[in-house]
Amino acid sequence: MTFRSQLKDGLLRKNPVLVQLLGMCSTMAITTTLFNGIGMGLSVTVILILSNVFISALRKVIPNKIRIAAYIVIIAGFVTIVDLLLQAFIPALSENLGVFIPLIVVNCIILGRAEAFASKHNVWQSALDGLCQGIGYTLALVIMCLIRELIGNGTIAGGFSFINGGNGIRIVPEAYRILIFALPVGGFLTLGFVIAGSQWLSRKLDEKAARKEAEQQ
Amino acid sequence: MIGKLFTIALSAILVENFIFSQFLGICPFMGVSKKPNTALGMGFAVTFVMTLASAATWAVNQYLLVPLKLEYMQTVAFILVIAALVQLVEMFLQKSVPALYQALGIYLPLITTNCAVLGVALLNIQKGYSFLESVVYGFTGGLGFLLAIVLFSFVRERIDHCDCPKAFRGFPIALIAAGLVALAFMGFSGMSIG
Repeated sequence: MTFRSQLKDGLLRKNPVLVQLLGMCSTMAITTTLFNGIGMGLSVTVILILSNVFISALRKVIPNKIRIAAYIVIIAGFVTIVDLLLQAFIPALSENLGVFIPLIVVNCIILGRAEAFASKHNVWQSALDGLCQGIGYTLALVIMCLIRELIGNGTIAGGFSFINGGNGIRIVPEAYRILIFALPVGGFLTLGFVIAGSQWLSRKLDEKAARKEAEQQ
Repeated sequence: MIGKLFTIALSAILVENFIFSQFLGICPFMGVSKKPNTALGMGFAVTFVMTLASAATWAVNQYLLVPLKLEYMQTVAFILVIAALVQLVEMFLQKSVPALYQALGIYLPLITTNCAVLGVALLNIQKGYSFLESVVYGFTGGLGFLLAIVLFSFVRERIDHCDCPKAFRGFPIALIAAGLVALAFMGFSGMSIG
C-alpha cells in the first residue's frame, strides 16, 4: 500500500462523501461559503488523523466487545479539543458551524474509518489514511461550496475576512443570484448533481483504463 | 405555557423540520427510506429515543455538569448517555415488549450515531429550554423526522421505476427527489407563529 494509492482512494475512488456516501449531514448543512467548507474540512481532517492514530495504537488493548463505545469516547475527546480551540482562536468559524462542530462525533466518516481501517492497520498507515480521507472530504465540501456560493450568492471565496471584508469576490450581480441554492433545498440538489457527476467521471476513467489495457494486449 | 409548547411543537415538526431544514439525521433518512414499512419503524424508533434522550441529557446537564462546572464535557457526556440509553431501551424492549422489539430491534443500534439525537440534546441546551420544553422539542422533533421519512419513502418507491440518466441512477436521483420534498416543506417557513 503506497501513499499514492491511498491518496487516490481518498480523493476519488473511495471518496468518503462522493462514493462512500458518508457524513452527508455536514456536507449539506454548512457548505454555504468557502470559509465554512474549508474550516469544516480541516477540522474533520485533524480529528480524523488524531483518532485514527490513537485507535490504531490502542487496537490491541481495546476489547472487541466494547470497541465501538471506546472509539466513540476517543473521538468525542478529540472533537471537544477542536471545538474549544475553534471557540478560542477562530470564533467566526465556530459561530458559523454551530452545532455541527460537536456533531462531528457522530459523523460516520470518522467512526467508519476507525472500524474499517485504523483497527486493522499500524499507526503510520492509519495516520496517512486519516490524512487522505480528510483531504477527500475537504475536496467534496469545497466543490459543494463553490457551486452553492456561486449560484446562491453570486460570489466566490466568501467568509474569509481578508478577502473583500468577508463578502467574497462577486462574479454574478446581486440581482441575478438564485437564493434557493444557499437554502437547505439547494444542499440536496447540489449534492445530487455532484455525486452524479463523480459517478459519470469514474465510469469514464474506468472505460479509459479498460481500453488502454485492451490496446496493450 | 401551553402556547409556548405549541409553538415549539409546530416549528419542530414543520417549520424547522430536522431533516429538511436543519440537516440532522440525513444518513438514516437516506439509508432506511426505501420501503414505507421500514421507514415507519425507523421513524418510531427515532422518536422514542429522541424523547428519552432529551429528558436524560437535560437532567445530566442540569444536575451533574452545571454544578461541577463541567459544561465543556457536554459532547462526551451526551454521547455516552445516548449510547447507554439506546442499549438500555434495547434490553428493556427485548425483555418486556418483545413485539415492539421485533419491530424496532434492528434500527435501535443505528440510532446511537444518528446526529438528530445528539443534535436535539445539544440544541435543547443551546436554546435554554426547561425540562418540559426539552421533552416536547425532542418528541415533536422525532415526529417531524417520522413525517419526513415516511413521506419520502412513498416518493422513493416510485423513483425505483423511473427512467433517468445512468449517472443519476440510485443515490443522486434520490437526493434530488429529497430536495424537491424539502422545497415543499419550505412553504411552511412563511408561517409566522406566536
